[in-house]
Amino acid sequence: MTFRSMLSVAVATAMLGVAPMAMAADQLTDPQIAHIAVTAGALDIDNAKLALTNTSTQAVIDFANQMMKDHAAVNEQAAALAQKLGVTPEDNPTSQALTEAQTAEQAKLAGLKDAAFDKEYMANEVEFHKMVNAALETTLIPAAQNPELKSFLETGLKLFQGHQQHAEMVQSELN
Amino acid sequence: MLRTRVLMPLAAAFALGLAGVAPALAETVTVTVENMEFTPAEITVKVGDTVEWVNKDALDHTATVKDGWDVMLPAGGSGSVTLDTAGELAYFCRFHPNMTGTITVTAN
Repeated sequence: MTFRSMLSVAVATAMLGVAPMAMAADQLTDPQIAHIAVTAGALDIDNAKLALTNTSTQAVIDFANQMMKDHAAVNEQAAALAQKLGVTPEDNPTSQALTEAQTAEQAKLAGLKDAAFDKEYMANEVEFHKMVNAALETTLIPAAQNPELKSFLETGLKLFQGHQQHAEMVQSELN
Repeated sequence: MLRTRVLMPLAAAFALGLAGVAPALAETVTVTVENMEFTPAEITVKVGDTVEWVNKDALDHTATVKDGWDVMLPAGGSGSVTLDTAGELAYFCRFHPNMTGTITVTAN
């Protein structure tokens, strides 16, 4: 990839509010990994809440409702697992970067409605899920020490991949 | 005379003959939905059988055939469909399209 095209990808992703997730894998602990997983879910719920007020496109509303339900269910499971394992999710630079990027994106989305909102929201959902999936596969799952946490993240990856596919389907059907 | 010698044996033979061609009882085949997967992912059933999905995930799922039937599988619940036509069916979950399964429906 040329520097120029790398730069345009970086700019494009930054514009979408999806900062590349810089992580030092060997420094990530289970409490930090748990925090990242829960943070990603909570941010997607916040994104979905915006959709419910800013669009009337049924497919987008349905997708947003699904995000809210799915992520709430997964975060409930995550909380139960963390309690069972005696793991307290710990804030960390990765969670903070994710939060900062999505908060900026949410500010942008708040000012958009209907078709313009749909386009921006779905593009962000696709990129956000792609990025989180890549992080799960290459970093979070391999780094997870506790086998139950690892297994939970593996199921989470399948879920997030499903979300990504669903998001891509909705995106392709937008006018 | 006619009754005991001819009609009774005929009736008995008729009954026995019918028993021989009675259709097999329709069955219900269960597919478990857990950890984002349909298990077993591939099943074979007969025309007239019912497939029942039991959803053990905390998430809602569906079993959906493109341009075909769509069965809701609420979290912790179940749903079913009766297969009336022989053939190969590919289904997926509408919410998580990476969840897929196939049903081969054989003629009776």
